[in-house]
Amino acid sequence: MTFCVALGGNPNAGKTTLFNALTGSRQHVGNYPGVTVDRKEGRYVRNGHEMHIVDLPGTYSLTAYSVEEVVARDFLVNERPQVTINIVDSSNLERNLYLTIQFLELGIPTCVALNMIDVARSRGVEIDDKKLSHLLGVPVVPIIARNGFGTKDLMEAVDKVGQLPAKAPLRVSYGRDLETAIQEMQKLIEQRQFLTNLYPSRWLAIKYLERDTQILEKGRGADTELADRLEDIAHAVGAHIEETLETYPEAMIADHRYGFISSLLKQGVVKERHDRNRLFLSDRIDKVLVNRFAGPIIMLLVLMVLYQFVFTYSEVPVGWCERAFEWLADLVSTTMPDGLLKSLIVSGVIDGVGGVLGFVPLILFMFFGIAILEDSGYLARVAFMLDRIFQMFGLHGSSVMAYIVSGGIAGGCAVPGVMATRTLRSPKERIATLLTAPFMNCGAKLPVFALLIAAFFPSQQARMMFILTLISWGGALLAAKFLRMTVLRGASTPFVMELPPYRLPTLRGLLIHTWERTWQYVKKAGTVILGISVLLWAAMTFPQLPDETVQSYDAKKQSILAAADPAVINSIDNADSGDKREPLSAPAVQLKADLVAVDAQQARDALRYSLAGRIGTGIESLTHLAGFDWRTNIALLGGFAAKEVIVSTLGTAYSLGAVDAEATGSLSDRLTGEPGWNALKAWSMIIFVMFYAPCFVTIVCISRESSWRWGLFSMLFNTFLAFFLALIIYQTGLAIGY
Amino acid sequence: MSKINIRNMHVNQEGTISSVKVGGELGRRIRDMGLVPGTEIKIQGRAPLYDPVALRVKGFTLTLRNSEADHIEVEVGG
Repeated sequence: MTFCVALGGNPNAGKTTLFNALTGSRQHVGNYPGVTVDRKEGRYVRNGHEMHIVDLPGTYSLTAYSVEEVVARDFLVNERPQVTINIVDSSNLERNLYLTIQFLELGIPTCVALNMIDVARSRGVEIDDKKLSHLLGVPVVPIIARNGFGTKDLMEAVDKVGQLPAKAPLRVSYGRDLETAIQEMQKLIEQRQFLTNLYPSRWLAIKYLERDTQILEKGRGADTELADRLEDIAHAVGAHIEETLETYPEAMIADHRYGFISSLLKQGVVKERHDRNRLFLSDRIDKVLVNRFAGPIIMLLVLMVLYQFVFTYSEVPVGWCERAFEWLADLVSTTMPDGLLKSLIVSGVIDGVGGVLGFVPLILFMFFGIAILEDSGYLARVAFMLDRIFQMFGLHGSSVMAYIVSGGIAGGCAVPGVMATRTLRSPKERIATLLTAPFMNCGAKLPVFALLIAAFFPSQQARMMFILTLISWGGALLAAKFLRMTVLRGASTPFVMELPPYRLPTLRGLLIHTWERTWQYVKKAGTVILGISVLLWAAMTFPQLPDETVQSYDAKKQSILAAADPAVINSIDNADSGDKREPLSAPAVQLKADLVAVDAQQARDALRYSLAGRIGTGIESLTHLAGFDWRTNIALLGGFAAKEVIVSTLGTAYSLGAVDAEATGSLSDRLTGEPGWNALKAWSMIIFVMFYAPCFVTIVCISRESSWRWGLFSMLFNTFLAFFLALIIYQTGLAIGY
Repeated sequence: MSKINIRNMHVNQEGTISSVKVGGELGRRIRDMGLVPGTEIKIQGRAPLYDPVALRVKGFTLTLRNSEADHIEVEVGG
């Protein structure tokens, strides 16, 4: 049997640092079933025998209100770790012990780690660990997780606790009114052996008084009759307390727990040399960083620097990735014979794998940047300063991170943006952020905008980009508000949040964090993305043009060649194969252009004949209302693979051959001259591209971060919203005679 | 001595919590963080738009929205 050790404690108590110190690189991350809470596990070897260490989510309490708390509690109850290490922030002992008390009331074998004992000392707080250990009845070991001080002693204590028989649960007295009820319920619970295989009887009684939804439900399932009686008792005492004392049983329970802690600490456990609420270094830093005037300016600078860091410095490795895959695609193109297999490998597989890995440097840099902000404690300040604004739209102050990375400053990317929502702990706000972040103008939408702006608003490029940024922010915030009023309606999750003291992040912590996230992306999203990439390739390739059509194009080329002067044809062949670069003669250039034009026409027809082309043509009668013809439709369908594909597909659809997203001059000239294209249609298309379904890589990430249901939702909702907006713009424009 | 809401306290003002009149998740979160009757608090600051508010309590800093702080009644001197 493996020796399992759980690691529990408050957020910011140094849990992850201790976990990293104990397990080093011998760890892996998974998910708890059904929820997006990370489950980190690792190994620690002591005297030749192995301990399996599980990092529980950081919580302040063990109620049934948040996913994290339920996950932590269920793990302790169902998987019964031999020992639970409760890591406690020594400089913030009183509040941290609130969770400790709940561990002990649950009767699980516990070992308390007094972390950051050095910080406490520097703040003039002396803690008598022996006395605390005596009063709590469990080992208490001072440690400094950052440098490993005390971890050996801690694990020795853990080993000892694991070999001792389990202790009786801690008993906190809750005052006469509640105690009478607790004891009455306890007696009933013990008589019927009601859930006692899992929980201590007194703990169950307390949970009935707290009206803990999970326990109430389990109780009804186990023994309906007894559950009803227990609920009645809890109800009666609750009503009595509300009437006579104007408070709630759960409030009284919390009061008594804190009362218990303060009486414990008063017995000489803590000696404080200063006033505990005096301002420390961290608070003096805050005087500047969250100052009403300087704070927002500094925040803007910090976010700009983060953005620059993520998108500018990652450009170099992104470039390497792209070049490596281009090289690979070239290699395959030149060595393999033309045909379907080659097309599948180049356009489906290599582009797909390249698509997956192309995001890796971005994700790596983004998580490194965010980990610095998070670990240092600054992210909590950002949430604090911006919450007022985001709260109006049903979001949370922390939503800003996801928005900015997704392209809140034009040119971001929704993939790392969606992944950045992990820092949000409020479930509804998190989903709303997740679903609206892709409205921001990511780097792949920019070539599309650039193309249309260059064609129809050539004199106001900078101003247009600025207006588009404002539109995407406004749209995202309003859509979030709409979602929070409909599918995600409900009261906002309480903001109540700790502003942790500033801490210098450890490099090791940052690297482990960054690596974990990136690997998770590659492993979990990678395979799905590759699969979809192949499917999209197939949709734009099959069915292929019928043989007669292909033959007619071949015949056309033959007739062009037949009409041409053989010497001219020879000169082209020589220029293609020979290494001496001779400039082509004018007739040769003309001939080559004619041949390319035929090829481009064939490519256009093949695209139109494919499944994607048929869909695009089929919905033309509908999309015409927003001004889109079949060419635009196909391009927009292609944009589901990646937004920059819109440009190249549009190029093919206009028989210009595939157009490079970076050089769109010829295409924008073509559009300007094309009948049916005007500024109104350009506006309609810009707005549609801004708001319609995110690219499928983003959808895969949204699904990974929430569920497939939300991934599908974002695809449909965004497309409907975008079409609706484009329709209004186009029809209004037509109505006012544009 | 008088009882006021946190919303009406000014920065650096100190007081003692006299009651927390809210149940459910919000009540639970507030109490979990140590805001129970008898606890001393001090207003540490406010966000640029006046909301949320940052409190000093039991030696650490806690932030909550004004609408959430409205449930907490504080006894202040003077």
